[in-house]
Amino acid sequence: MYTYYSFFKLRFATGMQYRMASVTALTTQLIWGIMECLAYRAIAEASGGSLPMDYTSIVTYIWLKEALLVLFNTWAADNDLFGMITSGDIAYELCRPVSIYSMWFSRITGARTAEAVMRCIPVLLGAFLMPKPYRMTLPVSGVSFLLFLLTLFLALGITVTFCMIVYMLCFYTISPQGWRMVLTGAVDFLSGNIIPLPFFPEKYRFLLEFSPFTYMQNIPFRIYSGDLAGAEIAPCIAKQILWLVILLSGGVVLWKLAEKRIVLQGG
Amino acid sequence: MRNRQSQTSISDRMEYWLSKACFLAGKEEFQLIVFQDVCKTYRVARREAGFVNAAKSLFKREYCMIHAINHISFSINDGEMVGLLGPNGAGKSSTIKILSGILTPDSGTCLVNGQTPWKNRKAYVQQIGVVFGQRSQLWWDIPVIDSFGLLQAIYSIPASKYRDKLDELTQLLHLEELLRTPTRQLSLGQRMRCEIAASLLHEPKLLFLDEPTIGLDAVSKIAVRDFIKKINEEHKTTVILTTHDMQDIEAITNRVILIGRGRKLIDGTLDDLRLEADSLTTQNDTGETDLDHIMAGLYEKLNIL
Repeated sequence: MYTYYSFFKLRFATGMQYRMASVTALTTQLIWGIMECLAYRAIAEASGGSLPMDYTSIVTYIWLKEALLVLFNTWAADNDLFGMITSGDIAYELCRPVSIYSMWFSRITGARTAEAVMRCIPVLLGAFLMPKPYRMTLPVSGVSFLLFLLTLFLALGITVTFCMIVYMLCFYTISPQGWRMVLTGAVDFLSGNIIPLPFFPEKYRFLLEFSPFTYMQNIPFRIYSGDLAGAEIAPCIAKQILWLVILLSGGVVLWKLAEKRIVLQGG
Repeated sequence: MRNRQSQTSISDRMEYWLSKACFLAGKEEFQLIVFQDVCKTYRVARREAGFVNAAKSLFKREYCMIHAINHISFSINDGEMVGLLGPNGAGKSSTIKILSGILTPDSGTCLVNGQTPWKNRKAYVQQIGVVFGQRSQLWWDIPVIDSFGLLQAIYSIPASKYRDKLDELTQLLHLEELLRTPTRQLSLGQRMRCEIAASLLHEPKLLFLDEPTIGLDAVSKIAVRDFIKKINEEHKTTVILTTHDMQDIEAITNRVILIGRGRKLIDGTLDDLRLEADSLTTQNDTGETDLDHIMAGLYEKLNIL
């Protein structure tokens, strides 16, 4: 356990090495957040105020999404790992007395958490200082904040185990590009990173409930903003745990199979 | 010379069982590595040049089998320093990869310290150290000392032991200045010294060096060679080395195994190699004496290029 904690810690330290990246990302996310707030404002006005989420919930959803972007985005996956698989540098990883799956899992979780912590504070600060309709709100209650933290944690687990499956699939093809494009593109849209899921048509939303994507960022953000409350929350948490278990075991099985057939590229 | 061709002879088989017996009996001078009749084949897709052929290969691919390792057998004693020699693509790296548990061979047996490398990988790799000269195990953006710290955690090295080992390695490899520098800002020679230190932190019984002096300047090469010899003398670490640098072989190893086209051709001392080269020399040769020429001649004569 200590070993995996060390991976987490080291990746955390590495994340803090890039100060300039944090500053520039901050600017991007604030501007992007403002743009989104304005766009939904326009939609609200055009539709005469009948939106599937109320406007303050949308604003809070947007700011949370921008603040915690690196926790959930799948397109900015750890390129070192893809590089390791395709170039054969994974040779060194295989010479270590640890499980590759657990090692990479801690590494990715560490990296994401580190970057999120670095970036979320200034973005949230900015979001709380916005003029009124665009200002981020506090959570509706203490309980909902705790539930937000819990579901956030589970959602991160689902996102990371999903990414692990993408990495493991790369052991089966020579170039990781194909898997990445298809899967990360799908996740970005289907998890509500572009448009919050309540905006999706009823039918699609129903279908999406049977995929892990609904249980990523969608759940914690909507709990925080009060869009998801009361009796609706418990089944969501149960399904989050279920998906976490499914994706985790899927990834481990893929790894066990890959381990047997690894061919190292290059001399 | 031990055995020139690697057919499974009765003596090979006896060697294998003897080593197993020695290991079980806990004898001092036992055979640390027994590599027995191992084969590894790669499937390689081939096609002619050009667009039409590229399109054809979408539907039908021609594969050919490359016998990277073809019935190779050898055994290595505890504390020995052995050089694996051979032209590019001979099967040296594949041999190292099998020995370090990364690659599973198609057939054959291999016992290292009583364990099969590719089975129960996690337990096995705890006792070996590996340096791949062309790859890096240090994290690119963070100071070297942090990478070392991570290795300490990975190998569960107790703090006091780690400190002693780190002090020793720092002194021997002159790392004081380098430890606090991010890997990306080290020169190749500096990085290689750190890589070698990294592979020895957990005091492995067995050290694999895959082209450790590749691209190094004269000073760094000598430093690396002296260090490897010292480690072997002081800790009785068994060292297996692949290199194209004949001076490495001359300076470090007391035994060489020549591999060509996936077969073991010569197993003996460097002098055996020279003798072999002489015996193959025909009259129109000019009697070259430097090692590189001898080797080039040998490769050509044995038809393994």
